[in-house]
Amino acid sequence: MDGARRLAVEGLTLEVTTDGGTVRRLLDDVSFAVGEGSVFVVVGPSGSGKSSLLRCLNRLSEPTHGNVTLDGVDVSRLPVRELRRRAGMVFQHPTLFPGTIADNVLYGPLVRDALPEDPAAFVRQQLELVGLPADWVEHPVDDLSGGEAQRVALARALANDPDVLLLDEPTAALDRGAAGRIEHLLLDLAARTGLTYVWVTHDLDQARRVGDSGLVLVDGRVVERGPPAQLLAEPSEEVTRLFVAGELTVGDVIEKRSDTEPERLAEDREGLSDGRV
Amino acid sequence: MGECEMPGVLAAAGGAQFSFINVAVALLMVAVAVGLSFWERLSLERDILLACVRAFVQLLAIGYVIQLVFDSGSFWFVLLLLGAMVLFATITSGRRLRPVPGAYAIAGVSIALAATFTIVLLVGLGVIPGTARYVVPLGGMVVGNAMNIVSVVGVRLKEEMEGERRSIEASLALAASPAQAARPSLRRAARVAMLPIIDNTKTIGLVFLPGAMTGMILAGDDPLDAVKLQAIVMYMLIGTVAIAASCAGLLVQRRLFTRDSQLRRVTAR
Repeated sequence: MDGARRLAVEGLTLEVTTDGGTVRRLLDDVSFAVGEGSVFVVVGPSGSGKSSLLRCLNRLSEPTHGNVTLDGVDVSRLPVRELRRRAGMVFQHPTLFPGTIADNVLYGPLVRDALPEDPAAFVRQQLELVGLPADWVEHPVDDLSGGEAQRVALARALANDPDVLLLDEPTAALDRGAAGRIEHLLLDLAARTGLTYVWVTHDLDQARRVGDSGLVLVDGRVVERGPPAQLLAEPSEEVTRLFVAGELTVGDVIEKRSDTEPERLAEDREGLSDGRV
Repeated sequence: MGECEMPGVLAAAGGAQFSFINVAVALLMVAVAVGLSFWERLSLERDILLACVRAFVQLLAIGYVIQLVFDSGSFWFVLLLLGAMVLFATITSGRRLRPVPGAYAIAGVSIALAATFTIVLLVGLGVIPGTARYVVPLGGMVVGNAMNIVSVVGVRLKEEMEGERRSIEASLALAASPAQAARPSLRRAARVAMLPIIDNTKTIGLVFLPGAMTGMILAGDDPLDAVKLQAIVMYMLIGTVAIAASCAGLLVQRRLFTRDSQLRRVTAR
């Protein structure tokens, strides 16, 4: 951990009520701290609660217990839109809005009523930042490749001038070549801008390459923490060893929770918000 | 459309006389429907018969109630009757809007607001006389149409927002307000809900002769008077439906987010 604490998480627990009315604990007493300008990785098998954890950081989901502080301020005391401006998010799927690249990049400033004086110049600047041609400002988004779309999603998040980026499997939906280029771009950006990342990935090799520090999440609980290269090379817990060896599959994790639920439900569950009605 | 609300009452309002024997003979057509259902193995015989019995009982009941209201000459009875219509409409629509929090309140407010505004405006401007004979049947149409649109907008918006979850959360994550994040869904839901009445208004007279007009003509009134009333009805309904749709859409959208701008997950129980 270098520099001051940018983000700290203390005793975070997230419970949701499922269709059957049973309470499920997606996150169980998760704590960690992220230094300013560092890359913190959260690694674990799918269905382990990684996305849920990330969603609690910008309050797309409301934790049941515990707290999150951004630069020492409890995020539940910040206006939620201010929090989300400062903690931007990039999803596995770019989820671009219909229209042009400019429509997407300017969305954040637009909804905050903070459009720059020269919007086109601003968009060009963002495009250069993410390695897209500067003359693509008015380019429609529907014929972009997966990698290009993810770059636009990144530019869209950066346009809000965030302090922290929450990256939810940002390369998982891309082919290997594009995934490598996006990973490289993200590291390059961190080095150039001093942004702090919380980077969720199920890819152990990626975690080793990108992370300054991190934790392993299994079944909503932290089972290891430390520098990724070390914690994954010499796992102290049996469950981490199994995960690293590729022997801990989704099925095993699910089996502990329920005997019958298929994998798809586990992933859905990760996206569950607390606001069941 | 509210054409089917109470054509019998409108017909009886003029001079035409129908006996229950006429009604019984008309049942022949129901027998045809039941026969076809049986022949084609649609298994709808029970539903058809039940629907016809219900329709008859309900129409008879409302017929007597309206007769009572007319005879009493008290405007309080008119308000009571309209209030009961709003109540039934609220229960029907509210059930459709579940499990959105406050489903019944949303339906009730939207329907009551649209109906009150329309009737008060039309009576206030002197477009229709403020008597039971006009306010009750037109009020019924207004409430019925408001009910339908509230159900359609509400159900559609629930589905839109559930389907657009990713996009809405992407907007929220970019610091959008819930209203900003839900705007495309709300726009689509309202458009879909409004299209039928707009199309009906466009093709009226070409494709079908609407109920109010049909009723007046059947009752022996001047066709031109019938046309004027029908135009009033159509314009009135467009306004009502727009009010009810906007109101229900906004309220449902608001209740699909938590106070902290989180998108709720709404699943049918």
